[in-house]
This record gives sequence, C-alpha cells and structure tokens, in this order.
Amino acid sequence: MDSVTSDPAASESPAESPAAPQGPAASHSHAAASESPATSEDPAEDVASGPLRTLRTDADNGLKIVVVGGFGVGKTTLVRSVSEIRPPNTEEAMAQAGAVVDDLTGVTGKSATTVAFDFGRISLDEHNALYLFGAPGQERFWFLCDRLFSGTLGAVVLVDTRRIDDSWYAIDRLEHHGTPFIVARNDFGGPAHTPEQIRDALDLDPRVPLIDCDARSRASSKQVLITLVEHLKTLYAPRPPEPAL
Amino acid sequence: MSRPGRDDAPDRLYTLTGGRTKAGPDAPFDLVTLVVAESGPAPGMQSEHATILRLCEAPTAVVELAAELRLPVGITRVLLTDLLAAGRISARHPRTATAQSLLDPDMLEQVLVGLRNL
Repeated sequence: MDSVTSDPAASESPAESPAAPQGPAASHSHAAASESPATSEDPAEDVASGPLRTLRTDADNGLKIVVVGGFGVGKTTLVRSVSEIRPPNTEEAMAQAGAVVDDLTGVTGKSATTVAFDFGRISLDEHNALYLFGAPGQERFWFLCDRLFSGTLGAVVLVDTRRIDDSWYAIDRLEHHGTPFIVARNDFGGPAHTPEQIRDALDLDPRVPLIDCDARSRASSKQVLITLVEHLKTLYAPRPPEPAL
Repeated sequence: MSRPGRDDAPDRLYTLTGGRTKAGPDAPFDLVTLVVAESGPAPGMQSEHATILRLCEAPTAVVELAAELRLPVGITRVLLTDLLAAGRISARHPRTATAQSLLDPDMLEQVLVGLRNL
C-alpha cells in the first residue's frame, strides 16, 4: 500500500482554508460508532446551534447525499461545513434488532445496539431541501449505509490517503449498489500523491471524478457537492441519438 | 424533563411503540420525508406524539425529528405512522425515493443552482 503514516498533528492547513482554527486531527475522533462532535471552532459554528432552523412552509422535496468514509476522515467536518443546522447525532438500530425485539423471550442487549450517524441540511430553494448524511464506511456498519443509499442522489467517498484501504469496501459496495459517487481526498497535509496514484490504489473507474478538498472549508465542501451533482448530470443526461448505421 | 435516550434499556423504546418495531410495509417514511403537523398536541396524547407535533409545525424531515426526539429512526417511524393514521400529520415524500434511474435533469439543475448560491 502506498498509504504512509504520518503524524496528523503535523498537518498544515491547505492554502484555501479560511484561517482554519485547528489542526485537522483535533476534529476527528477515532473513538466509537459516533464520531464525536467536532470542536466548537469549525466554520459552521455560527450557523446554527440550539433549535433547528425551520424549513419554508412550501418545502416538499427532501433530497439525500451520503458522505461515506472511515473514522476520522472528516465526514462530520464536511457535513458541518455546509450545513445550516447543527442537529444532535441520530441513530439507527442494528439490522437484526427488530427480529430480536419481536421475540420477547429473546430480548438481549443486542437489541439495543445502535449506530450513530450525523447529518446536515441545506435549503436549496423553496421546495428542495438537501440532507447530507455522514456514514461510517466500514463493513460492519454497512447495513446502515445500505438504508441511507436507497433513494439517494449520490455519494461522496471521503478518503484519507494515509489510510486509503478504509475506502475499499465503501467503493466496492457503492459500485455494487449502482449508486453514483465521486471520490474526494480530504487534505491532511500528508505526502502528496498524484491523482493517478490514488486512482490506482482505489482501483477507481476512470469515469469517477476524483478531487481534493478541505472538509473544514465551506467553499471546498460546497465544491465537493457541486462536483457530485455535475457528475450526476452527465450520468443522467439524455444520450445523443446513436448514428444510424 | 427526562427523555428516552440511546443509553436506555431496550425495553424503554419497546414501551414507547407498544411493542412495535417496524412501521409496517406501507409506511411511507423515508429519512428525508418531510412531515408537517396538521393539528396541535391534544390533552392525553402520548408525550412523544405531542413532541413531534410541536416539532413539525414547519416541514421537518424524519431524521430531524428522530434527532430532536433522541430516538432511533425506526422508533420514530412507528410514532409517525400513528400520527399519520390519526390524520394529525401529513407527509411530503421525496420525489427521488422510488425511481432513481429516472432522476429528473431539471431537478438536478435546481440542486446545482441551489448549491452554487450557497
């Protein structure tokens, strides 16, 4: 593997980050199933804490984009960078919980197992509200992603090149699922890899866009979403008629 | 006021829904289905139901309700199914949930415009 270990605390802020107030390592928890709430200094801080800002009364179409990646890769940070709300994490019960609870005699601790995921919201216009979901990409959490992916517009695979193998499973499942996605490399200031190296390491389809981003930056995170939606547009664009043979 | 939380024993959640763990096959609630209250809380109503009605005076997604209630999404769906059946809420379903292959290019353009205006 070409992923290289380096001290994340030594990472430098990428140039385009607006006065990033913290080292990237500070906002990424490797702890448990929920990525712990990032420090209170990220760019979205002043957007909304406390009560949810409400949608307009005409809002009638909820859209989904999933951000998937390993722990500490910056999913939470990216979602918060662009979200207009700062909700508490929410959770989904494990896939088998229903079956267990249905059988009263079999109630065990297992039925309480939940996985936390975080989300954010962007009001696009009076009708459309875009919801972003950060989902852990590891195999053992995939049941959650499978649910999130139903009806989703597409996905962003967030990659840390120092731990690139965290992304393999997610990409494999997205391809299997037929969910369109792009890959965004969150810049932790580690050794530079060329796009070719990253594509090679991920065995990435050449048609899948690969971009760099700084999840702490609102502008950069916004660009990630725009890249995904532009990719979707090309995927769903009506194909020009085949020339008659 | 104490609300049921993620660290509670599973029987607490089980009690909230009268033992139901699934919202039923025809339950229409996606994570991003927008829920709108059609009436205010009524006396004697289960407190979670009343809380939901207060939360969704303006359109509110299922996932937001679950987060505010601090309940798992599945449990929240069951509670919403009750309220829908009682006519106390209405649900605005995402237009993409069923036919992903038929994503409307116009809608994608709207999304793009919205994102660029951020």
